[in-house]
Amino acid sequence: MPAPPKIKVSGLSIGYPDRVIQHDLSFSVASGAIFAIMGGSGCGKSTLLKAMIGLLRPTRGRIDVDDDDYWGASDARRTEIGRRFGVLFQGGALWSGMSTADNVALPLRMLTALDEGSIGELVRLKLSLVGLENDGDVMPDALSGGMRKRAGLARALALDPEILFFDEPSAGLDPIAARRLDDLIVDLRDGFGVTVVMVSHELSSLLGICDSGIFLDADRKTAIAHGAPRALLESCDDPTVKAFMNRARVPLQPDPAGVAP
Amino acid sequence: MSRAVRIEAKPFTAPLTGRGWQAALVGTQLVVGLSGDWIARVSPAERNAVPRILSAGASGLAFDASRLGRWDSALIVFLVDLRTATRSGKLAFDESGLPAPARKLLAMASGTAHPRATQPQGPWLDQVGLWALSLGAEAIAIAALLGKICLRLAALPGRSSAMRGSDLLDGMGRAGLASLPIVTAVNFLIGAILGFVGAIQLRRFGADIYVAGLVGIAAVREMAALMTAIVMAGRTGGAYAATVATMQANEELDALQVVGIGVVDYIILPRVLALTAMLPILYLYGCAVAIFGGWVVATVTLHIAPIAFLTELRASLALDQFGFGLIKSLAFGALVGVVGCQVGLRAGRSAADVGQATTTAVVSGVVGVILLDAIFALCAHAVGV
Repeated sequence: MPAPPKIKVSGLSIGYPDRVIQHDLSFSVASGAIFAIMGGSGCGKSTLLKAMIGLLRPTRGRIDVDDDDYWGASDARRTEIGRRFGVLFQGGALWSGMSTADNVALPLRMLTALDEGSIGELVRLKLSLVGLENDGDVMPDALSGGMRKRAGLARALALDPEILFFDEPSAGLDPIAARRLDDLIVDLRDGFGVTVVMVSHELSSLLGICDSGIFLDADRKTAIAHGAPRALLESCDDPTVKAFMNRARVPLQPDPAGVAP
Repeated sequence: MSRAVRIEAKPFTAPLTGRGWQAALVGTQLVVGLSGDWIARVSPAERNAVPRILSAGASGLAFDASRLGRWDSALIVFLVDLRTATRSGKLAFDESGLPAPARKLLAMASGTAHPRATQPQGPWLDQVGLWALSLGAEAIAIAALLGKICLRLAALPGRSSAMRGSDLLDGMGRAGLASLPIVTAVNFLIGAILGFVGAIQLRRFGADIYVAGLVGIAAVREMAALMTAIVMAGRTGGAYAATVATMQANEELDALQVVGIGVVDYIILPRVLALTAMLPILYLYGCAVAIFGGWVVATVTLHIAPIAFLTELRASLALDQFGFGLIKSLAFGALVGVVGCQVGLRAGRSAADVGQATTTAVVSGVVGVILLDAIFALCAHAVGV
């Protein structure tokens, strides 16, 4: 018998009062999976992520986390469910007024009754997991883009989350730093057994580490494919998905006759 | 015979030419010969070239680029315009005579949209109405934030609030101690100006000594509270808006919300409380500095005895005037703090939005403080304080 899904999304519509961004999304994320939200720029991937982490109320449908109706719950209950989430925002979103270590420590200080000694140990562990054990005293603006993301990841890990959300983890990183972050995501999944949901359009990440996913389309405003990125690459017939996965040179329009290549 | 042939080869008297092009009819087709350099930053577009070429009445256009020199977007703009014109006039457009790179660019530019007409603005009355509605919505948003702050303030004694005492103290230091130099400068000058202006009038009646009461009452009742609040609206209100808007832009507020740390508790409350607590203290300090300014002017330029000034001041200034000023400062502090934070929260997520938010916060803070002061003056008049 398969394990029940960690997250189950059914009939979800997201958007703003004056425009629909995505509608009728249904998918589930298995426990321990690395799930990809794929699609081209501007199709609503990040908006879907916002709905999943509690920042934007969906216009229709529901999201179940384990057995809890996430958006149907009271605000207090939703915050409580949200404590099991760790989120890495696109730019890291480190709190700029405090050091890297304080960034990781703040959720622990605010939301647990731990003493400073144990908090310090946890912070050192989280920072060393992401390779920043020597940068705890550095202020966020002195970190490079890749380090900022890893610090953000250490903060996302602060409360030992069950689900990790990533918004474009490899955006703005060079291929080596992006690869390091990908490896880190897999290691964390294997180590802590977390479920990972990531928004990405970076093919190498998608094909390299994701084992299931959903493909959103901006024109049709809904999901046009479900499955592991590798499976979509091999067998999906949808032209948009094919073009995305093969990154083929698809002409934007038929070349007028007579134009030299 | 030979004469007739020459007329056929040159069908029009004035040759159709422009800067960098000459057109000649070959049969029914107009061949546009391109020559020389077409460099956009050197030669501005020739406005009437396209209509003139079309006016030749040919059934199609072809090109001869054999004498074309260097070219860039200037040529492509010209060609796109021509092609658009031939399409609407149902003429043939034969681009085979163009260089291959130009044809490639021309094909890429096929999606070029026409400049969209700007949306016509409604009548001015609509504009005013919309502006007033947005102002109303903004006031409601500020009132809502004030309500949230009060609710979270009530939660402060318990353990459920995320506000940290250290943040409050830090905010008080920034809003209070760090503002002392500018508060000193502004209030000293205001006191001195009041002294000068008062003295000029009072001297005509030989009532120089009353300048003490004038400076004292004006500073304590109005000017110290008002000027200090305006300085703080520019200094601290703007800083609050910039900080909160930057945090919004960096998704720092989202990150707080996701972890479940209340933004009002953690970011807004310490700032608003700090400013509300510090403004009355700065007001008292401002009163002292303003009176000192008046005293300096009175003793140095009007030769009023220093002790006489102080005696007159004590006689004319009742303590309840300070109470009025203190209440006003509390209200000004809360207003400037809430407006700054609200403007920052509502800001967009780009760098330009942060600058815009700062400007808006300062302007609405200053206007709000003056408006509130006027309301206080009306109330005081009605009550007879």
